[in-house]
Amino acid sequence: MVALRAGALGSVEADVGPRPSDLTVRLGRTGDLPAAAAVLIGSHAMALATVVATDETTTPDHDLKVRYVFEPTTPGTPDRFVTLLVSVDSARPEVPSLTTAVPAANWHEREMQDLFGIVPVGHPDPRPLVVHDGWPQGVFPLRKAFDASRRIPVQPAAEFPHLVAEGEGVFEIPVGPIHAGIIEPGHFRFTSVGETVLNLEARLFYTHRGLEKRMEGLLPLDAFYVAERICGVCSVAHGLGYCEALEQIAGVDAPPRARLIRSIALELERLYNHVGDVGNICAGAAFHYGTTTGMRLKERLQQLNERVAGNRFLRGLVIPGGVRLDLPADLLGVIAATLQDTLAGLDSLMERIEANPSVVDRLDDTGVLQRQAALDLAVAGVAARASGVDRDARREHPHGAFAGPEPPDLHVVTVSDGDVMARMNVRALEARESIRLVGELVRRLLPGPLGVALPDPLPGGRIGISAIESPRGEAVHWLRTDASGRVERYHLRSPSYHNWPAVVLAAQTAIVPDFPLVNKSFELCYSCTDR
Amino acid sequence: MLRILLNALHTGVVTTRYPAEPSVPPDRFRGLPVLRPGSHLPPPSVCPTGALSEHVDGGRRHVGLDVARCVFCGRCAEDPWAGAITMGRDFELAARCRDDLRIEVVADDPAVPAAGPASDPAAEAAHASSEIHRVLGRSLHLRHIDAGSCNACDWELTALLNPVYDVRRLGIDFVASPRHADGVVVTGSVTRNLETAVRRTLEAIPDPRVVIAVGACAASGGIVGESYASAGGVDRVLPVDVYIPGCPPRPEAIIFGILVAVGRLDARRPHRPHRATTTGSST
Repeated sequence: MVALRAGALGSVEADVGPRPSDLTVRLGRTGDLPAAAAVLIGSHAMALATVVATDETTTPDHDLKVRYVFEPTTPGTPDRFVTLLVSVDSARPEVPSLTTAVPAANWHEREMQDLFGIVPVGHPDPRPLVVHDGWPQGVFPLRKAFDASRRIPVQPAAEFPHLVAEGEGVFEIPVGPIHAGIIEPGHFRFTSVGETVLNLEARLFYTHRGLEKRMEGLLPLDAFYVAERICGVCSVAHGLGYCEALEQIAGVDAPPRARLIRSIALELERLYNHVGDVGNICAGAAFHYGTTTGMRLKERLQQLNERVAGNRFLRGLVIPGGVRLDLPADLLGVIAATLQDTLAGLDSLMERIEANPSVVDRLDDTGVLQRQAALDLAVAGVAARASGVDRDARREHPHGAFAGPEPPDLHVVTVSDGDVMARMNVRALEARESIRLVGELVRRLLPGPLGVALPDPLPGGRIGISAIESPRGEAVHWLRTDASGRVERYHLRSPSYHNWPAVVLAAQTAIVPDFPLVNKSFELCYSCTDR
Repeated sequence: MLRILLNALHTGVVTTRYPAEPSVPPDRFRGLPVLRPGSHLPPPSVCPTGALSEHVDGGRRHVGLDVARCVFCGRCAEDPWAGAITMGRDFELAARCRDDLRIEVVADDPAVPAAGPASDPAAEAAHASSEIHRVLGRSLHLRHIDAGSCNACDWELTALLNPVYDVRRLGIDFVASPRHADGVVVTGSVTRNLETAVRRTLEAIPDPRVVIAVGACAASGGIVGESYASAGGVDRVLPVDVYIPGCPPRPEAIIFGILVAVGRLDARRPHRPHRATTTGSST
């Protein structure tokens, strides 16, 4: 705060919030934004966590607002978010772009331009991001005046705007959005000479379902079911992130037993993802034994999920206020036995991979993400930790059982190589850590209530913010209620959202046939990104 | 290499016998909700996707459940409605007709059983002998289209290829090109940004072809619904042959639906109020 004042900025007002440990700094002039961001990133070693635009034209403020939320990056720093808040004139909705100085702001700014019509002035690449195929200019679906049910006819475009390279032997390879395998839709445009990638552009947001708009106006308890379904393989993480943000607004804490069960669910989710992802990396390296072994181990874990939660993606376990289902002793026994078998199976699989030189050769030095690039793009999760960035939201923003007075030990795994092998090894080590952690969490379970009731109606005009370490990394949830206690705005910044640009960077260091391998080593969700 | 062979032998056969043998889901599994006529059924507002509806006919309250829209969250079966609706374990819910997935009970008269629309065995028989089945026989090669899913349905389709479900043993496979396909399995509610790709993929598939809508979003719009970004279900864009409810449907439920599509199993018939506790397939 002192540093912000010393930065010769215009009027600066600081308040505590949204949480007691957080700070919200209101900048009097939007023009001060780059200088203020530079202070947070430069002097305080913070990184961009999320950007949330809101339409407040129907409130007494009669404006649009943008909140740039930053978080500390130094391990061991107390849990804190610092929000830079600017008011944007709805008649001339412009903010200075931060992208050149803060590369992680790139997609956030393009998204608010598409959905709110807030123009990031000076953005180096202001092409549409979220809206495709003949979306009309001047129509902004997340403005309050936009009727969510309005359907705008699709007008297929012949080509999407992208960087075109010319010269002898240069050609383009268009891939997707419908892929040869069973995967989510995205379009990748390779510009290559032979097998060397000159340039790669990823066009995403094909699965943009308008879920943030869908949640607006709903009772927060109803909107939970939407949040839990933003992504299949992050169902627990996103459901929990929404719940923790909502519980802040409600001013309640989930009871200790519920917190432990939530963390157990989060580790079970991480485990089936990581184990399956190790198998999928084998698929990218044409090691069929590894692929089917990974699938078999993952299947066993998903069958366990179904026994635990009644759903193979663990949906229906976490609910606002606590958890819906208990973990009785017989089920804990089943969990322990399954995880022991998984550990043995994973160890055996990793041994086979390491003993197979043709697999190791494909993974080593392939698709390298440099540590500095990971920091610049605020890359999260496995991808960050495999490039030597020591960050984990379970430690930096304690949630679930980690938010209690005596948090369980957590061993955060980092590897410095930044290649496909590093990302696979981080997953294998984290899977083992998850198995150990589930054991420790189970030992801490004491009898107690599974949930608390939320007030009805919920307090109006309050903000909740949470960060959850999902299988893919930190996901930041931002929720605000309106005067009647309904959802006024919800925004999810998924780890995949920050990591996609890193996939493109890493893939450009590889040859075209290695792209599937590089892509699988990041294993990002399109649905979490596109919403 | 020898270690790999030994490991494989040690693991043995893990493949399920479904559908030759029934699959019994675990106790906590949330399958088809069972509505008890005459009991205190919840108001439609309890359902986050709008699968529940009600109307008054002849002075009686009728409560409807659209199974295609249900996300099996179990909220309608919790207190204070726990006795009125229970989450059954029936997961073999695929239907050829959207209306076959609508269930209705008379809330205040226990004497009137649950009912769907009138069943039509003649239509089922006619469908099974149709052009599709004459040309495609009993095997089916499918192309997957993610039309904007949350990826849960996609991962369950991937699971069909794992050693446990191994659908290739049933003559079912997923192919890389629509030109090689007999039909599509579509997941997701068809987003605006994918509408063109979805239409073009289907056009690339030779006729006759089947369209299978997998999961609540594909079958009805599900939790996503209809909006600026979403068409609200596959049948808003393509003609659908089989609907597979679920959020997501478990792998056996998808196998059941695909076998319905090729006429090897009978579709879910309406008017089966007591089937919810059985799990056997109809082979």
